[in-house]
Amino acid sequence: MQMTGAEIFVKALADLGVDVVFGYPGGATINIYDALFKNVKVRHMLCRHEQGAVHMADGYARASGRTGVCLVTSGPGATNTVTGLATAYMDSIPIVVFTGQVPTLLIGNDAFQEADIVGISRPCTKHNYLVKETKDLARIIKEAFYIASTGRPGPVLVDMPKDVLAASARYDLPKEVSLRGYRPTYEGHPRQVESAVRLLLSMERPVVYAGGGVILSNASGELAELSRALSLPVTTTLMGMGAFPGSDPLSLGMLGMHGTYAANMAISNSDVILAVGARFDDRVTGKVSEFAPHAKIIHVDIDPTSIQKNVRVDIPIVGDLKDVLRRMIKLVKGKKEATAYRGKTAAWRGQIASWAKTHPLTYKPSKGKIKPQYVVEQIHKLTKGKAIVATEVGQNQMWAAQFYNYEQPRTFLSSGGLGTMGYGLPAAIGAQVAMPGRLVVDIAGDGSIQMNIQELATAVQYRIPVKVVILNNGTLGMVRQWQELFFDGNYSQTCLPRIPDFVKLAEAYGAKGFRATKPEEVPEVLRKGFAADGPVLIDVITDPAEMVYPMVPAGAGLTEMLLV
Amino acid sequence: MRHTISVLVENEFGVLSRVSGLFSGRGFNIESLCVAETMDPQVSRMTIVTSGNDQIIEQILKQLNKLIPVLKVIDFTGVDTVDRELVLVKVNADGDGKQEVLRLVDIFRARIVDVAPRCYTIEMTGGEGKVLAFLQMLRPLGIREIVRTGKIAVSRGM
Repeated sequence: MQMTGAEIFVKALADLGVDVVFGYPGGATINIYDALFKNVKVRHMLCRHEQGAVHMADGYARASGRTGVCLVTSGPGATNTVTGLATAYMDSIPIVVFTGQVPTLLIGNDAFQEADIVGISRPCTKHNYLVKETKDLARIIKEAFYIASTGRPGPVLVDMPKDVLAASARYDLPKEVSLRGYRPTYEGHPRQVESAVRLLLSMERPVVYAGGGVILSNASGELAELSRALSLPVTTTLMGMGAFPGSDPLSLGMLGMHGTYAANMAISNSDVILAVGARFDDRVTGKVSEFAPHAKIIHVDIDPTSIQKNVRVDIPIVGDLKDVLRRMIKLVKGKKEATAYRGKTAAWRGQIASWAKTHPLTYKPSKGKIKPQYVVEQIHKLTKGKAIVATEVGQNQMWAAQFYNYEQPRTFLSSGGLGTMGYGLPAAIGAQVAMPGRLVVDIAGDGSIQMNIQELATAVQYRIPVKVVILNNGTLGMVRQWQELFFDGNYSQTCLPRIPDFVKLAEAYGAKGFRATKPEEVPEVLRKGFAADGPVLIDVITDPAEMVYPMVPAGAGLTEMLLV
Repeated sequence: MRHTISVLVENEFGVLSRVSGLFSGRGFNIESLCVAETMDPQVSRMTIVTSGNDQIIEQILKQLNKLIPVLKVIDFTGVDTVDRELVLVKVNADGDGKQEVLRLVDIFRARIVDVAPRCYTIEMTGGEGKVLAFLQMLRPLGIREIVRTGKIAVSRGM
């Protein structure tokens, strides 16, 4: 059947099961918008900025596990997606971003709204395409979704010139994708897995270090099963929050720069680390030369480039975590070695428990000022730990990671790798679109919420009932914290004296606004805000002097923590 | 340590920039790079000479493999190979120097491919050592310009 490129685009998305596209129209994509107008299967959500659209697709993907889709026009539409692409690339999130492009004949002419987005996005996408002929469009769309969602997931960009969208071709969506240069390894090498188990069982002070890969590979169940079978203590990265139940006695919480005392002490004193779906990021390791000096390291990851990149690894295993963890479980579960091992490692767990007891995550409560940690605790209490929490970036993000116990995967959405301020609100909207029945909360700061505040209009337009809680301390808190600790308290450019009245701002957008200024008001204001229909913005005035602890100063070893 | 890496890639537009972008984006070094079609017109071969410690080379090989249009990556380190480079050199050729140029061309089995009143253009192929030695011998005579292809390599035997 002959169709225009624009019709092929819409039909291919529908045939691939895409239910929603986050986007913003423009001259180069106007043919697609005409085709979308006549289609009922694919819903389009109009954002207010292309960066918001990409973060929505990203939040949609993180919350649901399905690939998020974004459609923007050429030139500025395309360049506005770059931060969102880089965010998704760093955190391995499957999204496909479609960009319009000027007609093929004008490419390279500095035409109106032309940008070389394939060139610009090359270092921040898993792969990208420029579609040269209409007949290739369906195949490329199929490949784009395949590449985005398989192996180590990541963003893929497809650039579509206007004439390619206007011309006609036969609709031919391939059933299978065959790319000879792309064959991810899913099965862990059996002998490597056996060696890993043997090494693990021969040691006495084990720690599991679990990252976002566990969530991406839907391997949380396997992780819990293995850890419980061997009583392995588990610490997660920021990206791994929810990969292992926070309330489990084996959970040590987060490790790294703002990790728990117990997690950082455990990793530093361990004799074996089982790293699963994590990449030894600098925020996790601190000073690499002092990282886990006594430990043998087993590293399981689907991406070979993650292994041996930052630290030496004793047993590398390339494969899908779900597969590798299943094989490990098979080798130990119900075996008498497992029982003996749990006995042998009991003293170590006792040591960890005493670290956790002497230095738990804590803060000094105050009668007069609202402590941000208290607000996060109250959100946890009110939502019974069942909300999907998106965060912005900075102090709000760290407190959201520390003081809300994540029990389930895909409930903590945060820009971990790139650290993108302005991520939270659009990501929360995307998550809410994917999971309409769930309560979605964006824990925000007064700085980062203003980076994509325009998406409140999107939430209002589509009645997306996200609840935004702003920990409003009137400062760019994390940078201020560094200035306080390392720059003699010179608060250069970190005070935000002209913060808008967020309650009025919410109302101006057509959302509901609430405010709490005293600690005793917090539970009630949160309750009212969360109970209200539609999008809600809750402005909580918090203590600007509060800092995130523990803290490992940049470049220091993990045991050199500043504590409360 | 220097490594010669042979990379088979899909012969399509943009692949070269993906490969070179990978090197520049991650701070890896390219000493030379050669690209041309193989027997299969859908496949091109890149021969890249790079340097770095073991960890960097391991990353380079893995990162290259990760690129979707990359089909195969071979590190020729420790492999018995034949490697060659082609050099075009413009060298002064007047007075006594003329005879010396002709002698060197003969000794190194090079060829003169263009002649001008006071200048010869010489074509020479060889392994790295031979190329360097030839250029060193020519230098005192006055080299005007050097154009090198960069190294290509193929494994010996089957």
